[in-house]
Amino acid sequence: MLKDQDRIFQNLYNDKGSDVVASQSRGDWVNTKEITDKGRDWIINEIKESQLRGRGGAGFPTGLKWSFAPKEVGSRPHYLVINGDESEPGTCKDRDILRFEPHKLIEGCLIASYAVQAHVCYIYIRGEYFIDGQKLQAAIDEAYEKKLLGKNAAGTGWDLDIYIHYGAGAYICGEETALLESLEGKKGQPRLKPPFPALIGLYGCPTIINNVETIAVVPTILRRGAKWFASLGREKNTGTKIFCISGNVNNPCNVEEEMSIPLKELIEVHAGGVIGGWDNLQAVIPGGSSMPLIPKDRCETLKMDFDACVEEKSGLGTAGIVVINKDQDIIKCMARIARFYKHESCGQCTPCREGSGWMWRMLERMAKGDATKDEVDMLGDVTTQIAGHTICAFGEGSSWPVQGLLRHFKKEIQERNNLDPIVQKKNNIPYLVDQHLLDKKNA
Amino acid sequence: MSLRKPAKDQPESFEFNASSLEAANNIVAKYPKGKQQSAVMALLYIAQRQNNNWIPLAAMKYIAKFLDMPYIKVYEVATFYTMYNLSPVGKYFVQVCTTTPCMIRGANKLVEACKEKISENECELSIDKSCSWMEVECLGACVTAPMMQINDDYYEDLDKEKTYEILDKILNGETPKPGSYRGRINNEPENNRKTLTDLKNA
Repeated sequence: MLKDQDRIFQNLYNDKGSDVVASQSRGDWVNTKEITDKGRDWIINEIKESQLRGRGGAGFPTGLKWSFAPKEVGSRPHYLVINGDESEPGTCKDRDILRFEPHKLIEGCLIASYAVQAHVCYIYIRGEYFIDGQKLQAAIDEAYEKKLLGKNAAGTGWDLDIYIHYGAGAYICGEETALLESLEGKKGQPRLKPPFPALIGLYGCPTIINNVETIAVVPTILRRGAKWFASLGREKNTGTKIFCISGNVNNPCNVEEEMSIPLKELIEVHAGGVIGGWDNLQAVIPGGSSMPLIPKDRCETLKMDFDACVEEKSGLGTAGIVVINKDQDIIKCMARIARFYKHESCGQCTPCREGSGWMWRMLERMAKGDATKDEVDMLGDVTTQIAGHTICAFGEGSSWPVQGLLRHFKKEIQERNNLDPIVQKKNNIPYLVDQHLLDKKNA
Repeated sequence: MSLRKPAKDQPESFEFNASSLEAANNIVAKYPKGKQQSAVMALLYIAQRQNNNWIPLAAMKYIAKFLDMPYIKVYEVATFYTMYNLSPVGKYFVQVCTTTPCMIRGANKLVEACKEKISENECELSIDKSCSWMEVECLGACVTAPMMQINDDYYEDLDKEKTYEILDKILNGETPKPGSYRGRINNEPENNRKTLTDLKNA
């Protein structure tokens, strides 16, 4: 288990209060000027050497992202945007940072803004976190009062203003370009990439977008050194991570642990074990709902980091671990996730808009045992028609969980759904508009 | 995508009152000059707060003029984002999360309680017209599932009995205490804390 002094978020459970004085006693804001005095290149290099990877789901190296910002500020100002639109089912880590460690985030914003030469930073928070956003706003006001923000912020000689922008219940706004559209006051529909936001982002200006947790760990990395951070976890999967363990466990919780910690240890030690014992485990979603599930036998040895999860054809994502035990109907669980994606599709690309609804309706019928044998393969076909055929990663995010279900629980689905193809039986099912496609002669 | 329709009965006109106007001007100042369209989301919230928690079409027209942008762009935003209520909701607006992490911990019990106490169907006002409820997608409090949101507050770690308790309170016009209803502190592992223990005991 990670030693307590190596935990970055000392106030994760709000034992000590989140105001500026309490935060300073934990080391925030102590030598901010010393850090910025070492210069932009040093900061970016140190973050590169720490091998910090984005905590928002994609795991892109943060130092590399920062280095994409233009070296000289041209006619267009630079922006820093913080992504706090935490909507991935299973994930609730950013909320605790917003309400209990706001000064880590604000100080991180200052250092990151300095590194990418931004004078304005927008923090995009999902609208449901209004109360938590108010707490962050109080911390920002406090920081302005103490001259930690505004002109010559914290004595660093850098001017920075931070504003909060509330979302309004759209999951897709967690996608970085959709978030920018939303910030500009439009529907949150993702943009085509390239151009990447680092060059053409908010208002057409160079913009760096990072997750809340990514930015909040930056000050501690720079204080304690890249070597310390890189010594935790393993190569390319370094540092600590807040894991959210939810679902069928005895003590669901958020906990900060070392990267590459075994999944079994997280569940057994911190979350008090699976309800009904480890043998009652059915599957685990390792990184928020869009990551494919992992069945029990693989969970025994799985290490929780980016690369190890990819080896299991899944992903660490946001590290929102959803534990599903054998009391649950796995097909129903996935059908509910498919319904989530059907609800949250932004409607821009046809494969995703239509396909997410298809997947949901098919899974609902499969959960009831109302589908035909052929449809199991057809569902797999639908997922491949969506993934990779959309502007943003939502297409993958919505079809991966279904693919994961088909990969590991195909037998269960087939056992429950062994009807003959509908066309042979001349059934008329009104919601299946394209029955003719099942008739293979005419297909 | 979710299907969203404006209410049939719409008020004739809408205007910001003094406090809304001040708030709106403060918001517009956050964004660069000429980019006032960015404020549309916040202004829709302000209109929603002023107008008993829903947004009439007149408010969208007003905001379009206020921000010097086409009405259709405001309409697009208001119908795209699900947190803007386009038809009247109760003074106590209950949103029950039923996405998988909540579902597997029994969110359907909360839905049953809402059906019994408030109204048979979602988005329907209770008999005294003070409450309404709806199922929503993940609210981002998965560790404290099942949970629901009433207006701005989160009510976490619920079960059917505790939901009854909360709904009884709001039906009496009281505002129940938000947070965990199993007495746990924030998102810590209940009675099983193994980390940062010296801080807790200090």
